[in-house]
Amino acid sequence: MKRIVYREWRLAPARYWGILGVLALMVGAGLLAFAYMEHEGHWVTGMNNAVVWGTPHVFAVFLIIASSGALNIASIGSVFRKPIYKPLGRLSGLLAMALLAGGLMVLVLDLGRPERLVVALTTYNFKSIFAWNIFLYTGFMAIVIAYLWSMADRKGDPFIRPVGIFALVWRLALTTGTGSIFGFLVARQAYDAAILGPMFVAMSFAYGLALFVLVLMFGFAEDRRPIGARMLRRLKNLLAVFVLAVLYFTLVYHLTSAYGAKDQGFEGWLLFGGGVYTFLFWVGWILLGSLVPLGILYHPVRGAEAPWVAAACVLVILGGLAALAVVIIASQAYPLQLFPGKTILESGFLDGVGGQPAPYHPTLPELLLGFGGVGLALLITAVGVRVLQFLPESLADEVLPIDEETIEQPVAKAA
Amino acid sequence: MSEQRAEIDRERRRLLGAAAGAGAALAAPAVVVRALETTPRDNPADGRVRWGLAIDTAKCAAGCTACVDACAHENGLDLQRPPEGATPADWAAQRAVWVRKVRLRDDQTGRETNLPLMCQHCEHPPCVDVCPTGASFKRADGIVMVDRHTCIGCRYCMMACPYKARSFIHEALSDQLSHVPRGKGCVESCNLCVHRRDFGIPSTACAEACAETGHGAILFGDLADPDSAISRFLASEPTRQIREDLALNTGVRYAGV
Repeated sequence: MKRIVYREWRLAPARYWGILGVLALMVGAGLLAFAYMEHEGHWVTGMNNAVVWGTPHVFAVFLIIASSGALNIASIGSVFRKPIYKPLGRLSGLLAMALLAGGLMVLVLDLGRPERLVVALTTYNFKSIFAWNIFLYTGFMAIVIAYLWSMADRKGDPFIRPVGIFALVWRLALTTGTGSIFGFLVARQAYDAAILGPMFVAMSFAYGLALFVLVLMFGFAEDRRPIGARMLRRLKNLLAVFVLAVLYFTLVYHLTSAYGAKDQGFEGWLLFGGGVYTFLFWVGWILLGSLVPLGILYHPVRGAEAPWVAAACVLVILGGLAALAVVIIASQAYPLQLFPGKTILESGFLDGVGGQPAPYHPTLPELLLGFGGVGLALLITAVGVRVLQFLPESLADEVLPIDEETIEQPVAKAA
Repeated sequence: MSEQRAEIDRERRRLLGAAAGAGAALAAPAVVVRALETTPRDNPADGRVRWGLAIDTAKCAAGCTACVDACAHENGLDLQRPPEGATPADWAAQRAVWVRKVRLRDDQTGRETNLPLMCQHCEHPPCVDVCPTGASFKRADGIVMVDRHTCIGCRYCMMACPYKARSFIHEALSDQLSHVPRGKGCVESCNLCVHRRDFGIPSTACAEACAETGHGAILFGDLADPDSAISRFLASEPTRQIREDLALNTGVRYAGV
C-alpha cells in the first residue's frame, strides 16, 4: 500500500468551464422557475389543495436523504474502520454537504412565503417534526464541515473518529426524521407508519451511494485517474446490499398495510389500480430501480464492468425518484378515508367521489426547480473538487489501503 | 375699570364656552371609539368557552348550499377569481374552500346522508402539532386557525389534517374583506367566523344561513356551557365525530352519520 495523495481536479479549462456552465444553467433555470412561481403564485404548478406537495418535494427529499447517504462512505472508513474507504472520505463529505444545500434550496424556494425563511429560523414549535428537521439539517451541515476538516487537516487526525461517530448518529437521526415527516401523519392511509423512518434510512444509503459512485466515476474518468477492480467491487457490492435493504423495507411496509382491512383499499389502488402511480411503483421503484440494478450488480461479468455499474447507479437514482413520487405524491392523491363503509357521491372539494384519486399534473416550473437543486449540488461539488484536494490521485488496486483492520494489522492511515 | 373687566369676562366666557363645545365635539368620537375598543376585541379569547358546531344531518338538505354560499360571502371567498390561464379543472382544485357539502351513501344499506364538512376545531389538532413555526394554533376558546403573519406556506398542516379542511392560496389576491385578511402563499381554513366572536356578533354565517332556509341543521354555540342550545342538543341526540378513531375530540359533532 502506498501513501494516498489527494489532488485538485485538473481538467482543460474549456472542458471545466463547459461543465460549470451547464450546471450554472440548471441552477439559473431553477431560480427563474422559482421567480415565476413566487410572482404568480402556486397556481402555475400542478400542486393543489389535495396534493399539496409535488415534484419539488420529490427532488428536495431525494437530495436531502441522498446527502445523508453520501456520507456513508466516510463513516465506513473512519467509524467502521475499513481503511479501503478512507481515500474517499473527503469526497463523501463534500458531496453530502452539496446535496443537502441543493435539497434545501428546492424545499425553501417552494414555500408559499419563501421570504419568511427568517420566521422559520427564529420561531419554533418544538412539537413539530418539521421544526426538528430544521435543526437536523443545519446541524448536519456544521458537523460535515467539522468532519471534512478533521479528514483534511493533519491536526484533525485525532478527531476523525469521534466526529465521524457523531456525524453518523446525526445523519441517522436526520434521515429517520425526514421519513417521520410522513410517518407521523396519522390521518393518511399511506402514512401513519413508523417503518417509514428506517425505510428512509435504507433509501438514503442506496440513493446517496449511487450518486456518490456516479460522481466518483465521472470525476475520475474526466481526469484520467484510475479506479481499480477492488474498489469497484467494494462499491457495487455495497450498493447492491443497500438496494436489497430498501426492497426489504418496501416489502414489510406494504405487507403490513395490505394485511389489515383498514388499508386494503389504499394497497389495492396503489398496487393494481392506481394508473401512473401503479406504474411508478412496479416499473420505476421495483423493476428498474431495484431488480434490474440488482441483476447488473450481481452479474458475474457485467457487475465488474464500470459502465454497467454506472448504469445500475443511474437506474437506482431514477428508481429512487419514482419511489419518492409514490411515497409523497401517490399517498396524497389517494383520498382521505373520512367515512369508512360509505361511498362519497358528491363533494364540493375533491373528496374522492366514487373513490377517484385527487388530480396532479406536474408542470415545467416544478421540474426546473427540482433540477435546479440537483444542479446546485453538482455545481458545489465541481467547484469543491477543483479548488481543494478532495479527490485521491488514484484508486488503483496497488495504492489502496487494506480492506479491513484486523488485530494483526493495526490502523493504516489513509493520508 | 370694573365695567371693562365685566366686558372682558363676558368675552372670555364666550370663548371658553366655544372652546368647551368644540372640545366636546372633538372628544365625543374618541369616547365612542374607546367604548368600542373595550368590547370583546380588547379581551383575550376566553378559555372558559369552547366554541363548536353540532350538525343534524337529518335536516341537511340535498342540493342546498346555503351554508357554503354564506361562508364564501362572509369571508370574501366569493371574491376569488381564477387567474388568467388557469383551467376550470385546475381552479376547482386550487381555489380556497372553507366549507363544502358532501353526499354519502352507506355501502351496506344504501342510505344517503348530506352534510357540511369544515375544519373540525379539534382539541388536539394535528395541524397545530406539525406546524414548524406555530402559525397554526388553537385559541383558548377552541377555535383552530392560522396566524397569517407567521405562516411560511409549507403546507405541512394540510398534509396532517384528517379532514382536508385547509386551503392554500395559490394565486395573487386583488379583492378581500378588511375583517378577513387573506394573502397569496398562506394557508387558511374555517375559523368559526372568528371576527364575529371578536366583534361580539352571535352565531356563524353558515349556521345563520342554514336557519334562514328553515333547515336549521347547523347549531353554533359554547360546548363548555351545559345550558347552551348546542350542549343540550348533544346531550339529547346521539352524535359522533368524524374519524373518531384519531381521538382528536373535535369541536364539530354530527348526528345521523
